[in-house]
Amino acid sequence: MAKIKGAVVVDKERCKGCDLCVVACPADVLSLEPKDVNDKGYHYAYMAKADDCIGCASCGYVCPDGCITVYKVKVN
Amino acid sequence: MDLKEIIKPENIVYAKPRLMNDNPMHYCPGCSHGVVHKLIAEVVEEMGMEDKTIGVSPVGCAVFAYNYIDIDWIEAAHGRAPAIASAVKRLSPDKMVFTYQGDGDLAAIGTAETIHSANRGENIVIVFVNNAIYGMTGGQMAPTTLEGMKTATCPHGRDVKLNGYPLKISNLIAQLDGACYVTRQSVETAAAIRKAKKALRKAFENSMNKKGTSLVEFVSTCSSGWKMSPDQANKWMQVHMFEKYPLGDLKDI
Repeated sequence: MAKIKGAVVVDKERCKGCDLCVVACPADVLSLEPKDVNDKGYHYAYMAKADDCIGCASCGYVCPDGCITVYKVKVN
Repeated sequence: MDLKEIIKPENIVYAKPRLMNDNPMHYCPGCSHGVVHKLIAEVVEEMGMEDKTIGVSPVGCAVFAYNYIDIDWIEAAHGRAPAIASAVKRLSPDKMVFTYQGDGDLAAIGTAETIHSANRGENIVIVFVNNAIYGMTGGQMAPTTLEGMKTATCPHGRDVKLNGYPLKISNLIAQLDGACYVTRQSVETAAAIRKAKKALRKAFENSMNKKGTSLVEFVSTCSSGWKMSPDQANKWMQVHMFEKYPLGDLKDI
């Protein structure tokens, strides 16, 4: 059965750590960086559980700052 | 599978719209304005109208909207965006003209302009972001502030005896013969955003088909003004704002 794998790239300097993508993710892939901050001082989002991403792009839709790019492939 | 194999340009399913530039936005974290900006950029791009679109930005948080979307913009005086948009559209009927306004701009100081441009049936789109508060100036009460809602100028909650009732201006506009499409949308979930995008596209198409004025209201949050986290604000909006401002089409002809 074909399996879908996704990946998310966050523009970390643009991210303001609003947490909306973390809440929107149905697979709990994203988290806010617990310690590291970007140049503006925000805890930016990153893929904490990269293997679980299904590339549904919910995070991309809800991101108010357009920092998220979503990729998706079918794996046989 | 390695991430490097997934992250390739041919596998992109979602990215920032091309018309939205790289300027970092001045909005607070989690502000609904960003999503509405993205939707406008996406719709204009999909319609292939980037060279023919003129936006009129308001006074309020979205005053710098012209910094973020690469189309032509005019900055209007407070509340006067629909008047300017009417003039632009009349002088250049082949252009796609829209105003982008908040509730303080559209429903308070600009009530007359809004109602009369809709009543004249100007072929423009009014994008109305309703977050029930004056965000930019520090969270004062707006005409759309809910009953009992606390703001900087009604710290004990809006008292209808003193401050009047929340103004459902979209319902007023829907009564007017010049308005062809009045809808209320939200942008808090991916599903709502997809729906809102369709509504926005329809509004822009109406304006190019000379059907009259279209108004798309986005019920949105102001996490800073409401003093909540962005996620809390979304949940509060779903419970309280949707009760007073129910989503859906108010008029569609």
